[in-house]
Amino acid sequence: MKNNNHLRAAFRAAFPHTIPIMAGFLFLGIAYGIFMNSLGFSAIFPILMSMLIFAGSMEFVAANLLLLAFNPVQALLLTLMVNARHLFYGISMLDKFKGTGKKKNYLIFGMCDESFAINSSVKVPEGIDKGWFMFFVTLLNHSYWVTGSAIGGLFGSMITFSTEGLEFVMTALFVVIFTEQWMSQKRHLSALTGIGISAACLILFGGERFIIPAMLGILGVLTLMRKPLEKGEVSTA
Amino acid sequence: MMTTEQQVITIGMIILGTVLTRFIPFWLFPADKPTPAYIQYLGKVLPAAVIGLLVIYCFKDVSLTAGNRGIPELLCAGITMLLHFWKRSMLLSIAAGTISYMVMVQMVFQ
Repeated sequence: MKNNNHLRAAFRAAFPHTIPIMAGFLFLGIAYGIFMNSLGFSAIFPILMSMLIFAGSMEFVAANLLLLAFNPVQALLLTLMVNARHLFYGISMLDKFKGTGKKKNYLIFGMCDESFAINSSVKVPEGIDKGWFMFFVTLLNHSYWVTGSAIGGLFGSMITFSTEGLEFVMTALFVVIFTEQWMSQKRHLSALTGIGISAACLILFGGERFIIPAMLGILGVLTLMRKPLEKGEVSTA
Repeated sequence: MMTTEQQVITIGMIILGTVLTRFIPFWLFPADKPTPAYIQYLGKVLPAAVIGLLVIYCFKDVSLTAGNRGIPELLCAGITMLLHFWKRSMLLSIAAGTISYMVMVQMVFQ
């Protein structure tokens, strides 16, 4: 029973952090299901894709890919490019995922933008198992997304929307996490580097192709600043 | 139009690509071996920078020269941020930012 209790405690600690994502993912998931439905795919496509890909923006891209000529190599390369930011998530979580046992594979598999943002920034409360906390954050987010896609795919044609603008909930979530990190850190060089270089690359290269140059730029600047940053304290935890 | 079989292969490639980008760092730097100092350093400084990248990523479809010129997006991101500096309540900041945005795009900027 002791085992059950610490699972329940971790779930209870994790759930509140996922509430904004529930709103965002149900909405975006439904929108995705409806979109797939409108392209003529049966509901099983959005449901399985949400379960197995679990990378929102890539799933919208995938929907369009499925309508083009068959080109599996291009599909793979495009996915690697769109999702390249996950490489940074992994490097950031190497330490945090240590010692989480078998759950680790699922934590990595389910590391979408939102789960990464929460798991990398939330200080897990004292006495709560860190691994199970992150597991439930990931699992809840995953289930919101699949549920949304299923609703959209199954009932898409019946839903009429008056919720224009609700998708901003994701932007607001990232802005809040950014602000929260800013308030908890003394030095802001890394945060400023991330936002400055990404903004510059977005303006220079446009929305379709700014991510790779932004990642390279961030990597370059952080590498150049390693000495000064390591001399000061680099408390980003 | 692809056959169902080709669609399944395409989806498989997308799953493979996504899984690769998520797992590669953990394969390259396994937990039972010491992680190089440079990678440890990146692991410490990258999260703050990557969250910055994610914020900008949300603006990738916003045009500064067309439509609403990004005004509602920037305004509401500003509201969210200021409210968070002031009250520091995650749900309040997110709810207020999102509702302001919905009101703006549905009623003010049409």
